[in-house]
Formats: sequence, C-alpha cells, structure tokens
Amino acid sequence: MATTEEIRADLADIVNEVAGVDADDVQLDKSFVDDLDVDSLSMVEVVVAAEEKFGVTIPDDEVKNLKTVGDAVAFIERSQG
Amino acid sequence: MPSTRVVVTGLGTTSPVGGDVPTTWQALLAGTSGIRHLTDDWVDQLPVKIGGRVAVEPSEILDRVKARRLDRSSQFAMVAADQAWADSGLEGSGLEPERLGVCLASGIGGVTTLLANYDTLLEKGARRVSPLAVPMLMPNAPAANVSLKYGARAAVHAPTSACASGNEAIAMAIDLIRLGRADVVIAGGTEAAIHPLPMAAFANMMALSKTGSEDGGDPTTVSRPWDTGRDGFVLGEGGSVLILESEEHARARGATIYAQVLGAGISNDAHDIAQPDPEGRGGTRAIKMALREGDVDPATVVHVNAHATSTPKGDIAEGLMLHAVLGEHVDRCVVTSTKSMTGHLLGGAGALEAIATVMALRDRVSPPTINLDHLDPEVDLDIPTSRRDLPQGDIVGLNNSFGFGGANVAVAFGSV
Repeated sequence: MATTEEIRADLADIVNEVAGVDADDVQLDKSFVDDLDVDSLSMVEVVVAAEEKFGVTIPDDEVKNLKTVGDAVAFIERSQG
Repeated sequence: MPSTRVVVTGLGTTSPVGGDVPTTWQALLAGTSGIRHLTDDWVDQLPVKIGGRVAVEPSEILDRVKARRLDRSSQFAMVAADQAWADSGLEGSGLEPERLGVCLASGIGGVTTLLANYDTLLEKGARRVSPLAVPMLMPNAPAANVSLKYGARAAVHAPTSACASGNEAIAMAIDLIRLGRADVVIAGGTEAAIHPLPMAAFANMMALSKTGSEDGGDPTTVSRPWDTGRDGFVLGEGGSVLILESEEHARARGATIYAQVLGAGISNDAHDIAQPDPEGRGGTRAIKMALREGDVDPATVVHVNAHATSTPKGDIAEGLMLHAVLGEHVDRCVVTSTKSMTGHLLGGAGALEAIATVMALRDRVSPPTINLDHLDPEVDLDIPTSRRDLPQGDIVGLNNSFGFGGANVAVAFGSV
C-alpha cells in the first residue's frame, strides 16, 4: 500500500510531465488551477495519466472536486483502499 | 492595381538542409542534399525508406511542455515564426495586435497526431485518447498557435491547397495587407507528414520515387527534377515563415527590407484530382496574373524557383508554362528546383521556396539544381547545376507552387 507521500510524489511527476510544473511545488495544499496553473485540458491529461499509474478510475463528475493536490491524493488513497 | 505595396521584412525556417535561414541558404547555394535513409522503426515495411527530416529537431529549441501540446507541424511553424519575428525587428515596435495577422498553411494538417491517437484508441481504449488531440491535429493549428504566441488579432487563416498551400498562404497574406485588413502578416507553410501512412499512400499512387531505398542506394541522388532519370518526388518536412508588411509601415519603422512583393496569381486546373494539366494552362494563367498585378516586364524575370518536384509530367508542364509566359525572355531566366536538395515539403514547400527566391534576389545568386545529369529533351530551360550569379539592376524572381486538386499559385518578388 502506497503511502500518502509516495502517491503525492508520483502525482507530482505526472503534473511535471504534463504541465511543466516543478515537481517540488506539487504539495498537498496547492490548488491545481490557482497555484500550479494547470488548465482544464491539462487536468484531463493528469487524471488519465493518474488512472493508469495508480490503477484507479476517476469519473468525470469527480474531477471538479479535485481542487487541490491533497484532494487528488485523498481520492486515489480511497480508491485504492 | 492595388495601391498598397507589400515588402518582406523577416524570414525564418527549419528545413531538411538547415535549422535557420542562413544555414539553409548556404546549404542550397552549395548544392547540399538533406535527403537521408530514414531510421524510424516502421520504415522496413515500406517500399520508400528515404526522406528529408529537418536538420534540427524542434525539441532542441522549443520548451518541452509547450512542444508537447503542438503537433510536429505546429512545432516547425513555431520555430520558423520565432526566427522570422526576431529577424523583422517588430518586437517592441508598438504594432497593434489588431493590425497583425497570420496566414500559415499546411497541406495535410496534424496527421501524425491523428494517427498516433488512433493507435492509442485501438491499443488502450477511448479513455486514453488525448484531450489535446483535436486542437493539435486541426489544419489551422499551426496558424492558431502562432497567432496566440504573437497576439495577432487581425486574422488567422490556414488555406489548404495541398502542395500549393504555403504559397497560397503568402498570396492571401498579400491580399490582407493590400485590402487594409492588416499592416503585418506572419505568412508561411509547414508540413510534418513523414509517417508510414502518408508515405505508403504516396508510394502506392506512384508519386514517391522508390529509387535509393534499398541498402546501399544513395538517397541524395533520388530527387532529380527535369533529369531523364526522375521517377517521383522525395518527401521532406519543415516549416518556413515570411514577415510580410505594407511598405509604408516598414519604411516608417526603418525596417530592413529583403524584397518587394510585386504580385500574386492564383488559378485552378479543374483537370484531374492529382495529375497536372499536361499543357500547364492553369499554371500559365497564375504566373501571368502574378506578373500583371505587379506590372512586371517579362524581360526582368531573371529567376524562377520552380515547383518541379521530380515527377515525370509536372516538370515538363512547368517548362511549358514558363515558355508561354516569358516567350523569348525565357532564355535569360535562371530556373532552379531547390526540391532537388530539400525534397518536397508539400504544404511547407511554397514558403521555403519563397525564402529561397527572396534570398536569391537579395544576394543576386541562384541556387543550383542538383542531380541534373541528363536534361529531359522535352524541357528547354536554363537550369544551372552549380550556383549562378543573377544580374544587377531591378530584377524579378518568381516562385511557383501547384497542388493536388488543381490549385496553381505564383508569387512575383522584386529586388530592392
């Protein structure tokens, strides 16, 4: 079972790959849109890459609730659990 | 006669023979071929295994994150536009966004993005198809992305006429300026179609040469316009951009002017979807129109950068056009096909060859046509096989492009 930090680090690598954000900036309290400048199309790319990486399904309706990195990590943890 | 005169104030390219205009121009003058054996893993299954990849990969220049949102054709366009914009000196000039337009064409559009996403769809399912696929693959993506980069709000056009697309974009840009809809237009063409599907299709329609693809074959000798041994074109890739500007605007800001744009002509064959009119009547009309627009005396047309792709019929038809338009003056006109070195860039061809035409007028020298060992007896043109000086005084150069579908576009440039 991956730890919260492991999931955050893997997610940070995805955000870096997709949006060019420095992986160290991708912390739990950061907002994808307001802090990391991830636009809506990039967010879809992050979600699809995260589904593949973590073996989870993130429904389209759920994406709008994933405002911060912490929201996404928590969702992934719940889905894996 | 339109009263607004148009000039060329910036150039940029990424081509099979160079990563910028100076490198490309010197390679063309030296007769250097950019055609190589392709090293892609898919090439084994194809009858044609050669092509003209860009000399400098765009990934070496563009920001990684920005580049991954651009189809390869848009990447080429962005590289070329950045160079041309810097060259023009327009940055910080106070040009209003509403007076800046973009006309940037591609013949096929984002075909590698389209097909890569189709592979993903088949292999991994619909969920894995990129949400960026449509804005990347649409044929106006190169124009749109360049317009976003430079905030061009006058217009954004992407005319498609297959291999005439780049030249049509230039002709359209000239009109935008003459009609008063823009003071400056970022104009050009781009293509990134070196992929097994278009290559197989072009090969199956007998358009691509299958020569030189076997082990030990020399790829640099396969593109041989007007030579008796020509048997089809070689596919190249790349993007090229010219900054076109009203003369008044250019002079007011003290811009360096490469050349004048004297006139443009556009016509259609309505003859066949892929074959040229064997008598070249449509092309003749386009060239005549370009010269008439600029009130050009045929005696001053001393240089032609021909479309001549190294196909059996098209090369002959273009010779007939030049005879029909220039008459006795054709004997004093130095004709070249730089496709002998770059291959055929499809929608990227017209703009690359426009740059070569402009540079030939500026430096008063024509690039050679390489691989012309035995001139086709049906072609009666002066086609030097090494660089040839052009005369002093007011001289005119012509750039021709013809496309599948029947489009003919000719643009006449004048020396300054």
